[in-house]
Parts: sequence; C-alpha cells; structure tokens
Amino acid sequence: MATKTTTKARTATKKTKTTTSSPKKTPRRRSAKTTRRSVSIALTGSGGSGVMTAGQMLLDAAAKAGWYGQMGRSSGPQIRGGEAAAFVRLSPEPVGAANNVFDVMIAFDWMNVERFADEIPLDKNSLVIGDAEAGTMPDVIAGSPARKVDVPIKELAKSIPGGRPNMVALGIVSGLIGLSEEKVAGIIEKALERKGPEAIRASTAGVKVGRKAARDLEADYRLGAGGADEYRERWNISGNEAVGLGALRAGVRFVAAYPITPATEILEWLAPNLEKVDGTLVQAEDELASINMIIGASFGGVPSLTATAGPGLALMSESIGLAVAAEIPIVVVDVQRGGPSTGIPVKSEQSDLNIAIYGLHGDAPHIVTAPTSIADCLFTTQWSVHLAEALQCPVIMLSDQSLGQSRAVVDRPPPIPFVAKREIAPEGLENYERYAITETGVSPMSIPGIRGGEYVADGLEHTPRGRPSSQAADHKAQLDKRHRKLQEHVYGPYWATIDGEGETAVVTWGSSTGPAAEAVARARAEGLNVKLVSLRLLQPAQVDRMAEVLDGVERLLVVEQSHSRQFYHYLGGHFDLPDDVKVLAQPGPLPIRPNAVFDALMNWR
Amino acid sequence: MDSLPEEPRLGPKDYKSDYKPVWCPGCGDYAVLAAITKSLSELGVAREDACIVSGIGCSSRIPAYTSVYGFHGVHGRALAVATGLKIARPDLTVLCMGGDGDGFSIGGNHFLHACRRNVDLTYIVMDNQVYGMTKGQASPTTASEWSGSKLTPYGTGVSPFQPLAVALSAGANFIGRAFSGDPTMVTKLVVEAVEHPGFSFVEIMSPCVTYRPEQRGWKDVARPAPVEPTSDPAVAGKRLLSDDGFNLGTLYVGNRPPYETPIEAKASRLAKIEKGFTL
Repeated sequence: MATKTTTKARTATKKTKTTTSSPKKTPRRRSAKTTRRSVSIALTGSGGSGVMTAGQMLLDAAAKAGWYGQMGRSSGPQIRGGEAAAFVRLSPEPVGAANNVFDVMIAFDWMNVERFADEIPLDKNSLVIGDAEAGTMPDVIAGSPARKVDVPIKELAKSIPGGRPNMVALGIVSGLIGLSEEKVAGIIEKALERKGPEAIRASTAGVKVGRKAARDLEADYRLGAGGADEYRERWNISGNEAVGLGALRAGVRFVAAYPITPATEILEWLAPNLEKVDGTLVQAEDELASINMIIGASFGGVPSLTATAGPGLALMSESIGLAVAAEIPIVVVDVQRGGPSTGIPVKSEQSDLNIAIYGLHGDAPHIVTAPTSIADCLFTTQWSVHLAEALQCPVIMLSDQSLGQSRAVVDRPPPIPFVAKREIAPEGLENYERYAITETGVSPMSIPGIRGGEYVADGLEHTPRGRPSSQAADHKAQLDKRHRKLQEHVYGPYWATIDGEGETAVVTWGSSTGPAAEAVARARAEGLNVKLVSLRLLQPAQVDRMAEVLDGVERLLVVEQSHSRQFYHYLGGHFDLPDDVKVLAQPGPLPIRPNAVFDALMNWR
Repeated sequence: MDSLPEEPRLGPKDYKSDYKPVWCPGCGDYAVLAAITKSLSELGVAREDACIVSGIGCSSRIPAYTSVYGFHGVHGRALAVATGLKIARPDLTVLCMGGDGDGFSIGGNHFLHACRRNVDLTYIVMDNQVYGMTKGQASPTTASEWSGSKLTPYGTGVSPFQPLAVALSAGANFIGRAFSGDPTMVTKLVVEAVEHPGFSFVEIMSPCVTYRPEQRGWKDVARPAPVEPTSDPAVAGKRLLSDDGFNLGTLYVGNRPPYETPIEAKASRLAKIEKGFTL
C-alpha cells in the first residue's frame, strides 16, 4: 500500500522487499523466518494522544510475556499538547541501552514529529506506520530508507464505541512483534480497572482491530520467546523510582526538595512512601532551602537526601561546602539534563561531572558517585547514603534523564547490606571534641539530645572542639582530617564495574555504560578482546585500583555524553592513561548508540 | 532524652559557654545573649534538648556563646536549617537567630516561607539596620536617606523593609518586638514566643554602636506598645504599618495550627512497598 505523501516516500517504499500494494490483499502466512533477539519500537504523537500510556502498556505486557525491556521517553517542552515519543526496546535478554535503529515507528499523528526525527534512526529494514488522515508525513521521515505504510488508525479507532487510536496502535505493534493478545488484554484490564468495564472493552476491541491491521502489513518483527514464568522474579521500575527505593532501603527518613525536571518523579515516589516508614518529605521554597533543610535534619541525626538537576545543584553548591566543613552526612541526587543554564530540561546529558567534582569553593573533599544503569540507581543510591553516613560528608550522585525517566524490566534487585550507620558519640562525655583528630579522620558525631555532646556545627574553620579558628595549624589539621577520611576508606569492589580482559579498554560512566557494554559484547563476538570499565565512584578517584585495571592496556576508548569531554579530562587529571587514547564524546540529547562505540572500537584510527 | 522533672533547674549561667564574643564593647547583642540564656533557664529546657541555629553576621555568632547545641551555617539559610531540624526532630526546642541582613536580604525568601509554613520554632532577629561584619553597609531595614556607607554615599534611596508587617502578611503565628536596652522584656518575649505554637517572630532592636552610634538614642524612643496584643490580623496589620518601629512587646498572637507531619504513620514494611514493582 502506498503512503500518502511525497514522491520521496514512494521511491523509498519501492526499495523495500515486502512492499505490498493494497490493504485488502489476503495476508500471507508468516514465513518461518528466525525470530529477533531485540526489537525497538518508537511510538509518537502529540501530547495527550496516549503515546506514553500505549508505550507503558506495551512494556508491561511484554514483561508478562517473559521479555526484558526498557522504555525511554522524549517530549517537547509543552505541558499539554506538545509532541511526545515513547521508545520501547524489548528482548529475551536484559536490555541496557537504546538500539542503533528502530525496527518499527508508529505515528498516531504527524504533529511536530520532525522535532524527534534525529532521535529515531531508521534504516531500510525499519517499518514506519502512519495514518494519512492524521496529517502529512514530514520530509525527514519520508526521506528515510524505511518502508512506509499507511494504516487508518483513527478510522479504525472510530469503528469502536469509545475506541482510541493509541489502543489500535498498541494492537498493531503487539501483532507485529508476536506479543500475545491475552497478555495485552491482561494489562489493559489491570490498568483500566478503575475506569470500568466499558473502557476495558473499548481498549481491548481497539487492540483486536489493530492486530488485524498488523496481519495485513505482511511484516514480521517477531521477537524470540522470553522465559515463561520467570517474570515473577522481575521488576518494572524507573531509575527515579529506584533512587527513591534505594534511599528508603538505606534508611533515609527526611527529604526536602524543590520540583525540577527530570528529578521530580523521585520526590513524587518518595512523598507517599516515606510517610509509610515514618519519614517526612518537605517541598522547599527553593534549592537553597532544600539543601539547608536536609543539612538541618541530618544534624538532628536523621539520614537525609535531596534530589535535583543541574540548575539546582549549582544553587546548592555553597551549602554542600557547609556540609563538608561541618561534617554533616547528606546525599544530593542530580538527575542530569542538557545544560548549561536551563538547557534542555527534558533530555539527557552527562555534563554535570565538572560541577559535581570541582564545583565547591575551597578545598572541599566530598564523594561523587554515579549509577551505571536504571537498576543500579537502587544500588548506588543505597551505597551513597551508606558512604555519606559512614564518612560524615556530602555525596553527590549523578544520575541522568535517560536513566531517571526510563523504565526497565529488570531482575529483582537483590538485597544489599548498605544502610545508614553513623558513628555516634556516647552519652555523658566531658569536653567533647566534635572534630577530634582521629586516625581514620572520622570523629564520633554527637546529635541533639545527647547530654554532654553539645557542640556548634560550624562552616567557619574550627578547632577540634568546634570553636571558630583562623589559625594555620587548625586549618591544616581539619583539612587533613577531612581529606584523610575519604582517602582511607575502603570502598570495596563497588568503585567500578570491570568486565573482561584485553589490551583494549573502554572506560565510561553512568548511562553511557549500557551502549558501551552492548558494543563491547559485539566486538568480542568479532574476536576483539576488550575490557570494559565503568566507574561508579568518581571521587575520590581510586588511583591505585585504576592503575591495576589499566595495567597492560595499550588502547583506551573513553565514552561519554558531553561536548567538552569532561570525563576524558577528569580521567587525564587523575589517572595515568595509556598513550593511545581515543575519545567518543557526544553532547545530548541524542543517546550514545552501541554502533558508535562499536565503530570506534573496530576502526581504531 | 527527656530531662527528669526532679532535676534542679539550670541557671542562666549554665547556658553560657566560656567562649568570648567577637562583638564590640557596647554592642546590643551582649544583652540579647544574656536574655536568651535567662529565657532558656526560665523555660527549663535541658541543654541537650535545645538548639540555636544561625547564619552569618555579627549576631549570628551567638550559638558559640551558649552551651546548648548550635549550628552556625552559611549566610541567609539559617531558617532552612532550623526548619529541617525541627521537622526531623520535633522533640527539640529550636531557636533561629541572626541579623537583619541575614534574615531579610539574602535570606528573605526563607523568611517569607518560614512564616507561612508555620513550623513550631522561634526566629529572633537582632536588627541594627546595618551590616556590621562587612564594616558598615546599608541593610534592608536601613532608612533610605542614611548615607553613612561608601557603597551608598547618597543614601540607599530604597524604602526600608518592614519585617513585622511582612511576617504578619506571610502568616507568622506570633509577632513581637523588643529592645536590647530592656533585657527583662526581651526575656519575657522570648519565653512567650517559644511557648507559643507555630512560627514565632521576635525582632530585637539591638544597636550597633560602631557603625550606627546614633542608635544609642533608641533608649529614649523605645517604649511598650500602648495597646494590648491582638489576634486579629487586620488590627495588627494596621498597627504594624503605622507604628514608628519602637512599639515594644507582644504585638500579634495568632491561632493557626502549626505545621505538622502525619502523626500516625501508616506503618508499612519496605517489603510491602517493594511489592509495587513486581510484575
């Protein structure tokens, strides 16, 4: 069937193998073609068209069918009525990154889709499904080598009382990838329970109609079977929710924060759940207040956390220095977005590394961590809280939009032992020294209510007793102590994820880990021995351990999502790198795709 | 952690530290410090159960001069620290103290929101209408024509901030004014403010004899307000906007319920919360 639209589109359509001429043609039996190990689907449409709902249901139903998957989201700046896209990737194996191209793109309408076009790479094996009644396919899509087909999504939805185009689209996609109707119906029933039987009936009928339309497309994107019952051991969680859960597991019981994209979901998840475990969340008047509120609460002995994005972190930096000087444990989660300034609030970038590491005034030792995947947001948050409490210092944890606002089907995260455990001063001390010079650098901390432990927490340089001092000896002693406690701590194997051996190494961090890992697996399959190193602990830099890891490495590929190569400069500033270093640095909002890393590895110079 | 009732009450001196203030001789803040230790004694709060939070400025040095828990943070954020502390630890008596620059200029936003949030703590501002620590610049409460600073040699040309009227309109639950030259009234007012539920705001006129020596004359104009305290915001508003800044005493006593976090936890186990993520 021909796409409405331009000559370009028709030309492109001709090139594809499975082009058909009429929607009325009897569907052929599907060929016994081998099934796929991964399928990527982009659902696009204007805001309010139900793109995210359809994407979410697709992921949920696929999870029930035993597949792993992840769903990223992209949206315009408009609150309502803007453009939206759900990027779903499904596989029988765990998914850690967006793939290189989309297999299927389905557009509910064509409103402003061109704004997303560069986030939706298509090739000749891709299928673009559009509705001629819902506008004109933009040139940028029409000009792609993908096969384009026209399905009257809107009209099909109208044929059902209460029918909605997004459910028809869900039906089409589920049919194409071989996701059973029963699984989709199960999810609809669960999701629409509160809306009543009418809504469930309409949606289920929409899916049925969509599946029928899919059969007419003569396209096959069937995914290899997932584990049958194994889904029971899996979770469906977003990075931002995982941060919230990690905080609760670690013992955080006070959160103060100011709403900011893309961190707000952490707060929205925490508000009701903190309450259930006797904790409190306060919506502060600004980030200056939120950081100081958590400092106050933690001074009071309650493990505390705030979540923000780059602009908020910038506002907080003065007071993070206060937590360094006064030795107050706090965790600041920065869900990075495109910067500088307001930047691109709804899209991802790894460009707050510099401010997180170098952004505090004075010599201010603090910890910087980064989760390496959506699921790892849980572990790294829990570990960050543990470190903050054990070392009585601030921890900045760098997540990002692509981790935070994406959902993934993951294996149930195992319980881990890291909880908030602060060294507390005993009751009844005399001449208590809050900032006593100790061997480890950690001094027992008194909290209000402990008799004999009264002291003043101070941002002024101080004596061990906590009295203000501008003397050189006191300054040196306290600087040394605050430095020492971070240096002496044994961080264990968690400082980095290290995988494989080889003279070639890929060093990366945060959300770039997923695509890097996928590329490394492919390079190994092609016979290249590659070591993958993803740093979870960025500061203090683990110099000796990195030296061990890089021993024997001749070629190093640095992978990061920043324009000014922040991570590369960080690595060069802290570690001895081999002479042959190659950098794959790309700013947001486009994700690093596995192909880019693979190509960089396979075509070294 | 509660002190036992039969223990002897601590005297004002027990709330003093042995650390010598950085203040100039004749500074009004000495009298405020004495009144605060006296108030703590009258309140009978155990040292370990009280905390004084401050920001930056001459008067913000006060926590180190007492023997209770203290927090001396960054400029302008004392109310945020105090808010977090009090919400996390409602069992504590939390006093937040500082100057007019710290509270109304750099910390102005927190002042507004602390008033409306109405957390049960007491905010005491030692107002001397000048930045003393940075050596004599105009503050938000400085009269517009004051030309004593090199920064503003022709005066600020800006109307002074009205802390009490702003506090009232922002929702503070208790408003009073005292003068450091009358420490008995300071003590009485602070005790009353601490005992009143919700956010209590006390402005203490505390002269800076170094940069505003003319403030020594405040003793001749400050006097008890000629009216009884009111609970009617409209009446209080009219009074606060029309007084000359020297009416002392309790000026407004509100009855808004203080900020509260849910008292009855829906006690749930983490495992139950985690169930939400299963497929």
